[in-house]
Amino acid sequence: MMNKTTPYPQSTSYPFGFLDVYAKREIRRAVLKALALPGYQVPYASREMPMGRGFGTGGLQLTLSVIGPDDTLKVIDQGSDDSVNAVNLKQFIRQTCPGIDTTTETPKATLLQSRHRIPEVPLTEKQIIILQVPYPDPLVYVEPSEEIRKTMHGEANYARLWVKLYEDIREYGEITISHRYPTRINGHYILDPSPIMRWDVPKLHMSRAPILFGAGREKKIYAVPPFTKAEPLTFEDVPFRTENFLDDSGNRLACRRCGARDSFLDEFTTDAGEKVYQCSDTAYCTSRMKRAGMKRSPEVDHA
Amino acid sequence: MRKVLDVKAMSKIYGQGCPYCRDATGPEVNTNICRHCGSVVAIDDISFTLYEGEILGVMGESGSGKSTVAKCLYFDETADGGTAHYFDNHGQYSLFDLFNLNAAQRRWLRYRRFGMVYQNPNLGLNFGISSGGNIAERLLMNDILVYADIRKRATELLRRTEVPMDRMDDLPSQFSGGMQQRVQISKALATNPPLLFLDEVTTGLDVSVQAGILDLIIELQDRLKTSMIVVTHDLGVIRLLAGRTLVMKNGHIVEAGLTDQIMEDPQHAYTQKLVASVL
Repeated sequence: MMNKTTPYPQSTSYPFGFLDVYAKREIRRAVLKALALPGYQVPYASREMPMGRGFGTGGLQLTLSVIGPDDTLKVIDQGSDDSVNAVNLKQFIRQTCPGIDTTTETPKATLLQSRHRIPEVPLTEKQIIILQVPYPDPLVYVEPSEEIRKTMHGEANYARLWVKLYEDIREYGEITISHRYPTRINGHYILDPSPIMRWDVPKLHMSRAPILFGAGREKKIYAVPPFTKAEPLTFEDVPFRTENFLDDSGNRLACRRCGARDSFLDEFTTDAGEKVYQCSDTAYCTSRMKRAGMKRSPEVDHA
Repeated sequence: MRKVLDVKAMSKIYGQGCPYCRDATGPEVNTNICRHCGSVVAIDDISFTLYEGEILGVMGESGSGKSTVAKCLYFDETADGGTAHYFDNHGQYSLFDLFNLNAAQRRWLRYRRFGMVYQNPNLGLNFGISSGGNIAERLLMNDILVYADIRKRATELLRRTEVPMDRMDDLPSQFSGGMQQRVQISKALATNPPLLFLDEVTTGLDVSVQAGILDLIIELQDRLKTSMIVVTHDLGVIRLLAGRTLVMKNGHIVEAGLTDQIMEDPQHAYTQKLVASVL
């Protein structure tokens, strides 16, 4: 029974990290295999978690399998530490992993779990980032049969993904994939880099921190090991480009809170119907404001 | 003349097969279903040679195994017995033992050295992408990753097969049957394959469209020196295209030789019947 005064029932028989030792061991084995075969989707027995599949159970299982009592954890959702999903996940991990620290500051974290974003501050070799993945296989766009997809991956037979890019350029004059941009890892496997936006795709390339991907519903784990090549799919004469955040007159938009012109911006519409922009990575934004000695205004914070 | 393809004793059986299958089937007994085990002997003891720039006709009634010959060589089906060697002089002269290749080698040949045009465009084309995209797929399989080059090459191919340029970005499902077939031919030719399989390409099209496509094939063979295996039950197509012809019945070759000779002086009773039955 949980009582109101202690948020975490110490009498519970759950082991550290909620998962039993065999489940953790299996997931760690899958992680090692994923690191050894960069970009390869390793199947694993995704366990039932006390939340619905599709709410980040893949990322959560990875986090619970690799976390230790000395770790400092940061959980973000769409760049924000304060969104409901991130707060819930963080609370669950804190409850089931007694002794760990949590933080919102990217440089202080040793373990990061994220959905849709990689933080703006470059990660280091002392950190591990875990991404929650809804759809692990980039080939689902072009091939419904998993058996055939596995063969296509094995043979690096990705022509049909390029056909999709061709059709995009033919129809719209540019590649229109906004997120889940197919990216080739170490010259062979093409992976689906979770729903991170194009802005974050270059961060996969030669990343100092290992990047682990966990798909709970689809039961797949894959990884980009540190210092590994990651090339987004392109044509030689149509280069990959990220979101540029230019306004109508060609000037780079700035965050309305911290004024940053080098970050990924979220677009809001105010009550007055005006379009405003602010950093998607809230921790980055706040740290910039702190450094500049700026005051936080509540109405802007909670836009 | 240089050999392109050398096939010896190729066979394909659907079903478990038994030691009596080969004796219990064939034109002599007029069936390809084995009465002992019920297996279907689709083709048995198929041997022939194809030379560079040659068009070889494969003729026969429905169920005679003529399409299976093409499918086994194009790896759509796996042959059960026999050997097939493909001689390639792309860059350096090399020889492929077709039935002893790994999946990657098979794919390499399929994508780069062979082309296939099916009777049903649904099999050869992806109806979800534009006709230009279909040709692009074949080019992309060959690691051509420059968008402008792909567009240019697709335009050239469609022009050569007389598909109007302003239809290049339309879906094949919006095309007539004859045009779909032209797009399929463009796709098969995208990488100038030395060996092309044509499986009933004109069947089901109206006569004027048929004539256009046959003219196109002759012109391509003349210009590109592509070796072709033309599978059809239409004697007119054989007469027009093929220099040499194999006549098949119940999975066996019953007669082989120069097309003119077969048409003028058929030796096998079945061929005589076929030739005589032409209106």
